[in-house]
Amino acid sequence: MTVNRNTRIAAVVAFLAIVFIAVPVAISASGRFDLYYTLTSVALLSIASAGVWLTFYIGRINIGQGAYALTGGYVSAILVMNHGWSFWLTLPVAGLFCAAASVLIGLPILRLRGVYFAMVTLVLTEVARLLALALPITNGAKGIVSIPLPGALSVFGITLIPDFATLQNSRLAFYLLAVTLMVVCFAIMYRLVNSRIGKLCQSLQQNEELASSIGVNIAYLRVIAYAVSSFFGGVSGAIFAAISQSIYPSSFTVTDSVNFMLNCFLGGLGYVFGPMLGTLVLYFGWDLLFQTGQFQLLIYSGLMIVLMLVLPNGLLSLAEATRKKG
Amino acid sequence: MAEMLEVSGITKRFGGLVAVNNVSFSVREKEILSVIGPNGAGKSTLFKLISSFLRPTTGEVRLKGERISGLAPHIAARKGVVRTFQETTIFKNMSVRDNVIIAHHLRSKASLFGFFLGTGTAKEDEAAFGQSADEILALLGLSSLAHEIARNLPHGHLRALGIAIGLATNPSILLLDEPFAGMNHDETMRMVEMVRRLRERGLTILLVEHDMPAVMKISDRLVVLNFGQKIAEGTPAEIQANEKVIEAYLGSEDEAIGL
Repeated sequence: MTVNRNTRIAAVVAFLAIVFIAVPVAISASGRFDLYYTLTSVALLSIASAGVWLTFYIGRINIGQGAYALTGGYVSAILVMNHGWSFWLTLPVAGLFCAAASVLIGLPILRLRGVYFAMVTLVLTEVARLLALALPITNGAKGIVSIPLPGALSVFGITLIPDFATLQNSRLAFYLLAVTLMVVCFAIMYRLVNSRIGKLCQSLQQNEELASSIGVNIAYLRVIAYAVSSFFGGVSGAIFAAISQSIYPSSFTVTDSVNFMLNCFLGGLGYVFGPMLGTLVLYFGWDLLFQTGQFQLLIYSGLMIVLMLVLPNGLLSLAEATRKKG
Repeated sequence: MAEMLEVSGITKRFGGLVAVNNVSFSVREKEILSVIGPNGAGKSTLFKLISSFLRPTTGEVRLKGERISGLAPHIAARKGVVRTFQETTIFKNMSVRDNVIIAHHLRSKASLFGFFLGTGTAKEDEAAFGQSADEILALLGLSSLAHEIARNLPHGHLRALGIAIGLATNPSILLLDEPFAGMNHDETMRMVEMVRRLRERGLTILLVEHDMPAVMKISDRLVVLNFGQKIAEGTPAEIQANEKVIEAYLGSEDEAIGL
């Protein structure tokens, strides 16, 4: 047990050292500053994917995370532009707004299972896009542009985070912000899954009838999990809007929703860190295949199919298999 | 003996079909009462009505005088009416022990958020659940299988695990849905023993069952349904001598009612 614990602590320390120290050092040494943007995207997408993963964990196929990411982006953008809020305040508000919306949406639709839930959530992304096009407050297809960079965050006069606009390297700042949030988000997920709540979620995934027969309020638990999931979606969308300094109805589409889901599949639905690894591999995999030109999509989809056939439990199941052999 | 569960005038209609028609009976404390009847007699519907998985069209179910029909299943479970399932319904991908631990849900004092934070109460709960789960597993002869993944268990043990899950909720009355279905003679006898042991621990048991010999052996009283109606109620001896019951099981009466 103690050995196990020590290796776990070592793994966490190593991971933190890599993302907070090794990566920035390597990037400044190689001068590939564009990688910051890529890695920031990976971190943010993995937060949204983590949310999707959580809905998988209660036995629901969620292809609607794009809707919450889009909503989160707009909430943050509108509050900053129209109401002059600080970005830092809009970040949790965007998450909470999405969580609240997901409770209202989730109450009826979470009663559906399997492919029915999946279809409704798929439509949800499209509904969010159409709403963004139609509503006056979202400014239609023109979207919301030239959103200012996040300002300084001070508490009691102490500046915790400097104004991004004054920074020489705002890309590094965004990278650190995204990675920090990713670490926090996955720490929350890890704790959720390894506490009794995780077991309860599993009980929902495996048999809802039995779960309710032992006194689990399945409707309540489902909504809670979905709200946490949507909170993550909203937060990641809000930061995306801040980085690109713009948000359009097409910022998050059905393709993104599908990708969030694929990230979970690829990493492994049985592993908390599955969505993180899945996002990284999928994002870079797509970029690497760029050189194949017109065959990019073909090769990419072919590889995905093969991976799912060979590794139905995701990439992380490889690690477990080798551990068992060793 | 005091009355634990009271079913009064319960009716369930599905469109034009009356699955259960004005059935009344009561279950006394620490009693083993079986509901029997030919196929399609409405046993399963009655079972679901009592466990609140279905809402009755008319009539009601009372537990210790408190109305429980029409509540959500998890609330009925909280009040003390807990069912097992006919199929081998378990949490397939969890270990046997985890299946039983999770079923202690109703006993938890800590909130969900408490479990997330790992508060003292949550830790106490976890420890207590683990201990209680081990006791229940020992009682049902599952100790040696505690760390097995549930889906790998053989049939008889799966059924026992189903009962272990029910027990973990600490019910006032445990409803067993065909606990002997698909079992051979030895397995049935073991299960009969197990159910008796539960009663000795002070549990009230209502079971719905096909297997007549087992039911006759185990029950204090029986309720017989046919075409949704109660046609008889009484001790095993009374039921075996009842004309209406023999008629309902016509053709196979000797074997079917265990004479």
